[in-house]
Amino acid sequence: MTSIVADERRGSALPASVRTFLSRRSSLMPTFAALAIFIVLLVGAQLYFGNFITPQNMSSLLLDNAFLLILAVGMTFVIVTGGIDLSVGSVLALTGILCAKLLADGVSPYLVVPLTILVGAAVGLVIGVLVQYFDVQPFIASLAGLFLARGLAYVVSLKSIRVEHSGVLWLESTRFSIGDWYITPTGIIALLVVLIGAFVMVATRFGRTVYAVGGSESSARLMGLNVGRTKVLVYVISGTCGGLAGLVLTAYSGAGYPRNGIGTELDVIAAVVIGGTLLSGGTGYVLGSMIGVFVYGTIKTVISFLGAEQSWTRISIGLLLLLFIVVQRVIVFRSESRR
Amino acid sequence: MTRLMKHRLFWPVSCLLALIILNTVVRPQFIKITVLDGKLYGAPIDILRQSAPLMLVSLGMTLVIATRGIDLSVGAVMAISGAVTLTIIDGSSSPGSVGTVLMAMAAGVALAFAFGVWNGFLVAVLKIQPIIATLVLMMAGRGVALLITGGFITTVVSRPLKYVASGYLMFIPFAFVIAVVAIAVVAVVERRTALGVLTEAVGINPEASRLAGVRSRGIVFGAYIASGTLAGIAGIIYSSNIMAADANAAGELIELYAILAVVLGGTSLLGGKFSIAGTVIGVLIIQTLDSTVLFLGVPSADKPVVFALVVIVVVLVQSPRVHRTARAVLRRSRTGGPPARTEPQKVSV
Repeated sequence: MTSIVADERRGSALPASVRTFLSRRSSLMPTFAALAIFIVLLVGAQLYFGNFITPQNMSSLLLDNAFLLILAVGMTFVIVTGGIDLSVGSVLALTGILCAKLLADGVSPYLVVPLTILVGAAVGLVIGVLVQYFDVQPFIASLAGLFLARGLAYVVSLKSIRVEHSGVLWLESTRFSIGDWYITPTGIIALLVVLIGAFVMVATRFGRTVYAVGGSESSARLMGLNVGRTKVLVYVISGTCGGLAGLVLTAYSGAGYPRNGIGTELDVIAAVVIGGTLLSGGTGYVLGSMIGVFVYGTIKTVISFLGAEQSWTRISIGLLLLLFIVVQRVIVFRSESRR
Repeated sequence: MTRLMKHRLFWPVSCLLALIILNTVVRPQFIKITVLDGKLYGAPIDILRQSAPLMLVSLGMTLVIATRGIDLSVGAVMAISGAVTLTIIDGSSSPGSVGTVLMAMAAGVALAFAFGVWNGFLVAVLKIQPIIATLVLMMAGRGVALLITGGFITTVVSRPLKYVASGYLMFIPFAFVIAVVAIAVVAVVERRTALGVLTEAVGINPEASRLAGVRSRGIVFGAYIASGTLAGIAGIIYSSNIMAADANAAGELIELYAILAVVLGGTSLLGGKFSIAGTVIGVLIIQTLDSTVLFLGVPSADKPVVFALVVIVVVLVQSPRVHRTARAVLRRSRTGGPPARTEPQKVSV
């Protein structure tokens, strides 16, 4: 009862159109909250440091987090269906080291690039088949994927391998600049992945099926939707994104390293949740995940600006995550009590 | 024979036996246990000794999973309790005295207990999904541990602390004694009282058990507290083993191995029925597999591949689809008749 009273009191202060929008789009609220926090972070950092919102700093935000952005898009698909993919950090390492190794062996990049992405997709396919056709829980199936990809990465090479190939390094070193703003091909790839992901989620039949499966799998099945194919495909998408991210990270760091991306899956999950995707499935936005990644990246930059230890990054992300899940919990609780 | 095969510990036990036999065939001295100075030595003893941290963590994880939960924060809690304990010992004037070490360990375990309460509060009171509620501590915890140790690996010289992981009580490694005591306590509390049944009830159907008057909140709370506390003890054993608090490496990936041990032992991640004996065997399988990989000369870097294959095989063996196919193939080969009637596809509600 109290929540309804509070609702009306708050509602009376807002114009009717805003009120309708809020009640229809209550699932968008966490994403708006993330956007608000992102803006507050930027403005606060600018006021504190005085030189935070500079073209260089903002451009490098995209550059430094390009691989995370790509992973977050794939993870959003998986989480919206109600699953989880723990393997992305390892897939990132596997495809990165594989790409570096093949290039070092003199294989043509026209072969290497598609191959690395395919390897990522293959790991995703294994997880998806385990989840869908063998009734393995996503947590355990992707755990197997995590071990498998990490182990294979060590099999490819135990040491870091430098990338000398100019074509791959071009992805990173080229800067298309307008004034002091710049964007690298890796940044363009990341933004393209976000755009394609957002388009697929919002405007295609497959995207709607993803939401339907996450909302209620049995209802989706009874509606005649192809649940099995969708559930396998989201893991393939996540694996493909993992492969692409491995490529981007290799270009970014100029080397492949088999111990890359340990714990990255947690960063990605945290970013996706901060961006407003519910882990229970059914709700979530690719663009929200993008904001989540930017919030993560900004916190990291702020902490390095402060000169504080990087362990504070994890602590503040943890606290932010806590804030968001409590906010989400309140929203879900209120929509349940309204029913 | 079929009754034996139907027993839910049949597959885990045969898996463990197969591993032991494999080791013994490849390296006959594997199974040899010698007594020296009134202490037991040998590969099996090493496995028991090294399995102690994972055993403690997995016991707590079993209880949490039985309530339909999951505790991802155990590795971080291990790192924190180890960091606190060693920092206190390092800062004290007499790192060698038993009193100091006991007090430091009590502080570490108390902090771990507090983190268990924290997780329990998020899950049982705020009703946040366990995986995400414990993810908070998993992310932040390692950062906290790094702050406690100041970003360094704290090393200490302290005989009483060394005793925890490397000492012997009578013939038996002390770490294993701790594990056995923990197993006994959990088993008695869960199986000799109604608590175990109530835990399973909460895991099988939280709503129904609430309507039946089960106080699910307290039970879920208790499971996370147990998990946190046991992880704290595990953290102390871990840092006693290397005599250092390594905030990054302590308990790395242990949450995944613990979950694996629980699942190998036949407890479903969907909650409900749990088996403490199964978890114990699951832990021993993982630890034996770990040693086996080394014995067989597989580079330790390739270990994850072996583990991945084991996980895949185990989940496939447990999968209903594989069971159906296997039954159908068996029946067809026996009768030569038409394939067996396929069971109706289950629709989850």
